[in-house]
Amino acid sequence: MQNRSQAYGKQHKPPVFRKVGGGLKALVIFLVVLMDVYPLFWMITASFKTTTEFATRPAYALNEGFYVQNYVDAWTRGKMSLYFVNSLMYTVCSLFFIVILCMCLSFALTKMHWKWRKFFSAYFALGIMIPGAVTLIPCFQIFKSLNLLNTRSGMIMLYTASSISFSIYLLASYMRSLPDEILEASVIDGCDIYKMLWHIVIPLMKNAIITVLVINFFFKWNDLITSMTFANKTSLKTVQTGLLYFQDEFGSKNWGAIFASVSISVMPMLLMYLFLNKAVIEGMTSGAVKG
Amino acid sequence: MEKVLRDRKALMLFIVPGLILYTAFVTLPVLWSAYYSFFDGMPGFANWTFKGVNNYLKLFRDQNFSNAFSVNLRYMAIVMVGQVCIGLMLSLMFKFWVKRAASLVRTIVFFPVVLPVVAVAQLFSKIYEIQPHYGLLNSLLAGIGLEGLVQPWLGQASTVLGALCGMDIWTALGFYAIILYGALLDIPEDIIEAARIDGCHSFQLFGRILLPQLQPMLVTCFIFSFTGTIKMFESSLALTQGGPGGAARSLSMYMYDTAFTYQKTGYASTVALVILALCLLGSAVIRRFDRKDL
Repeated sequence: MQNRSQAYGKQHKPPVFRKVGGGLKALVIFLVVLMDVYPLFWMITASFKTTTEFATRPAYALNEGFYVQNYVDAWTRGKMSLYFVNSLMYTVCSLFFIVILCMCLSFALTKMHWKWRKFFSAYFALGIMIPGAVTLIPCFQIFKSLNLLNTRSGMIMLYTASSISFSIYLLASYMRSLPDEILEASVIDGCDIYKMLWHIVIPLMKNAIITVLVINFFFKWNDLITSMTFANKTSLKTVQTGLLYFQDEFGSKNWGAIFASVSISVMPMLLMYLFLNKAVIEGMTSGAVKG
Repeated sequence: MEKVLRDRKALMLFIVPGLILYTAFVTLPVLWSAYYSFFDGMPGFANWTFKGVNNYLKLFRDQNFSNAFSVNLRYMAIVMVGQVCIGLMLSLMFKFWVKRAASLVRTIVFFPVVLPVVAVAQLFSKIYEIQPHYGLLNSLLAGIGLEGLVQPWLGQASTVLGALCGMDIWTALGFYAIILYGALLDIPEDIIEAARIDGCHSFQLFGRILLPQLQPMLVTCFIFSFTGTIKMFESSLALTQGGPGGAARSLSMYMYDTAFTYQKTGYASTVALVILALCLLGSAVIRRFDRKDL
């Protein structure tokens, strides 16, 4: 009896309380959303402020006008245009190689029949546990002796190599669920192994490939430690490295230009997120959910 | 079928390029680090000499190393607890409170996760700023009459680590909220319903039903948070470059400085191996909490 009255206790609350409860919940939700949105909103408004506006008005004030010169400064004087192109080039090229290599590798590791398959599956899985910082020093020495420091191809190679383990992990788990009968049917229809991979496996793996692309785009575009170590020549710097030293270039007074360049660096992620937020969230969390 | 899938030439073509790249830049460097750790100085220079286990002994005497170690541990403790606990609260909020515009709310909360660390750090360095003019935080504090709390958040050793942790918790919260929310959705609705009918109030429901059900995913979350925080490098570097006075300098940053600023490749490799060992050890320990026996 006591249990029952407790169970139904909720309904006995006067409606006023329930309204207050609902209002409180809404307020909490609103605050949480605000915490996530407001800093970014502030950044964008601040990127349109003039230097005097920063000095004379409180930081939380909205921008008075749209001072676009900040973006012009960031793009030209701050060399954002150059860094942007560099970042884009490294990212796109390494994504291309990651997908090609890892599709081939995970196909060989899950569907092909050969003696050392188990061994190599374990070998490629090792890399997930190795923090990037640990490989940094030897890679630097290897690069120095191969004359690959400060080269575009070196950056792309490193970016590709560091993503192999995780990408295989994602792709292979999808590929294992592809039924062997489909492959068999394609062989009967006269496919050789290359045609099978290109015409059958890749189209069926489209979603997994998108996941891999999204997650690696995120890692490569946002990378700092690799690019600051292996591409520190101005003409080869990425957006993130450029941003790191922005303060030195512009001085600590020119907040407008700094905010403008931060906004520029965020733009690709923002755009991708606006259009692909489902795929992005799924992709980013797939490592955890699958594991 | 069998013949096609045993094609040796194709196998070589598929495996070899990736294998070379992966071996050269991921696995080999680990062994290489181990080799370097027995030397002093910089390879290719006259000061490159074999020192045996000297570097490992040096770790125990090195004040900078133990400082970086303790900073790293404190950072990990705060950020792991913050990310997973607040993430858990948010996931409960998604499940039980958010009714309208639910997917919009989740999308917004997740968004900071995808932002570049350097951009976030630049943004937060302006939020915490005090000179030449107040940043967002200080001007808000001044605006609501709490002038006493206005302080150089990034300029003093007592607050810089907290400020850094706040930033990193803010960035990653959405990630943990979303994966825990996914796990909450996987709990069968009738279990929750049955508990409610049996008279569970919210806290009992959480403690007795939801928490045990969520345990595997919480372990996963802690592992993610652990492997993310033990690397502590980019956010601290971009926010204050480890300062002031090394108050936010992590193991990775110490390793980086030792290798690239002070040119001590051997000793830096030793520190790198410590990071690797901690990483493997920590994940193994956390994994033990995954109660497979249930």
